[in-house]
Amino acid sequence: MKYLTEFRNGEIAQRMAREIHSVATRPWKIMEVCGGQTHSIIKNGIDQMLPAGIEMIHGPGCPVCVTPLELIDKALAIAAQPDVIFCSFGDMLRVPGTEGDLFQVKGAGGDVRVVYSPLDAVELAVKNPGKQIVFFGVGFETTAPANAMSVAVAKRRGIKNFSLLVSHVLVPPAISAILDSPGNTVQGFLLAGHVCSVMGYWEYPPLAAKYKVPMVVTGFEPLDLLDGIRRTVIQLEAGRHEVENAYERIVTFEGNRPAQKLLAEVFEVTDRAWRGIGMIPKSGWRLSADYRAFDAEERFHITGIHTEESPLCHSGDVLRGVIKPAQCPAFGKECTPRHPLGATMVSSEGACAAYFNYGRFLSAEELASAGSALSGVTNE
Amino acid sequence: MEEILTEGGLRVGWVDFGGIRKKVCLDYVPEVVVGDYTIVHVGFALSKIDEETALQTLEDFRAMGVLDQELESEEEAFARAAVAPQSSCPDGSCSTGVQKAVH
Repeated sequence: MKYLTEFRNGEIAQRMAREIHSVATRPWKIMEVCGGQTHSIIKNGIDQMLPAGIEMIHGPGCPVCVTPLELIDKALAIAAQPDVIFCSFGDMLRVPGTEGDLFQVKGAGGDVRVVYSPLDAVELAVKNPGKQIVFFGVGFETTAPANAMSVAVAKRRGIKNFSLLVSHVLVPPAISAILDSPGNTVQGFLLAGHVCSVMGYWEYPPLAAKYKVPMVVTGFEPLDLLDGIRRTVIQLEAGRHEVENAYERIVTFEGNRPAQKLLAEVFEVTDRAWRGIGMIPKSGWRLSADYRAFDAEERFHITGIHTEESPLCHSGDVLRGVIKPAQCPAFGKECTPRHPLGATMVSSEGACAAYFNYGRFLSAEELASAGSALSGVTNE
Repeated sequence: MEEILTEGGLRVGWVDFGGIRKKVCLDYVPEVVVGDYTIVHVGFALSKIDEETALQTLEDFRAMGVLDQELESEEEAFARAAVAPQSSCPDGSCSTGVQKAVH
């Protein structure tokens, strides 16, 4: 497709990697926030093209992965009710709750449907006036405009049987939380290109200045990622900490103003618990007072939820960038995309799924020692 | 963007995703017209691709490092060619060569 394949050119990628090698004099740890970028990095082997000291830390940017367990359990409870049609994006269906997942609810007779857009769920509400249609609205700032529009349309058209189970999360407070955490090792950030296509990047210069870390708005194709890493390393080596835009063909400083306007009307900022990470103040959106009538949590009043995570699953450490997926004892053994213990193994944006699907079964240390053993052989 | 119409009070358009046609909501991108390229997420166009910038970025990328290679000595060029055979893969999907080259 146009403007995609051009940004996958292998020869230019080699030259970019060479430049990163020539610029880097010290080890640096760089976090890519977005799960889409994690997948592209692992799929394309971008991390393996970098100098040994440049480590990519995978951030908590998979919306499915950070959706709190309590909300998954609420989703399961709502979806199991008669007269409810529960709509969701496909990757939520296999996310494990305390007991089971949405697939199992569907198997037990629940009406669970996968939709492409939240507007499809609004149409279902129009066509099924005797049913309650609930849409599972999770995601970062990229998905929020779609969910906001679905509620705005439902309100405008007076659709009473549509509601949203909302768990929106926001990138800037998550970056603050990571940089504030005592054991933090991240020195630079690749900012999520598509989040910035909605929000722009005006929120980030104060963060870069406060924490003295460079941040580069970055796209998803191999050349985009290498350019984002290259620019971050150049800043780190020079001791600079600015916000740069390496995704100029999509992202502007101010972002999508019409979307931001509706988001400000439909949502308000709230504290949000992130699965595997914990409560981050002011890190989410919930429906504002004007739209609270469309909040599924208010409509269904689910109580008595007792959440319990799998004791084998280390997805919290993966989400915080403390371990790489292959370092989890359950990775590829008890936990696979077919039988996931944690959300990071489920989602198309989860780090564990990326490592599994692209054959990264060795830990970083094992990869490094395998690499040095190999070079020893070739030198002899 | 192939076709733009109004449906249920929303501005929608038919978009060609490399052969597959899908209808998306255009309310957030009032500036988009037929023939434009856009980023689409869950049925919503979120940003128009600035084609001029895209082409300029590619031009900058292509120029990157070319000078280094022209200036390197013959010996260096041989050493590089020995470990990093240049790939002619058009989309970079044969990336094993690339990975080996820098390790």
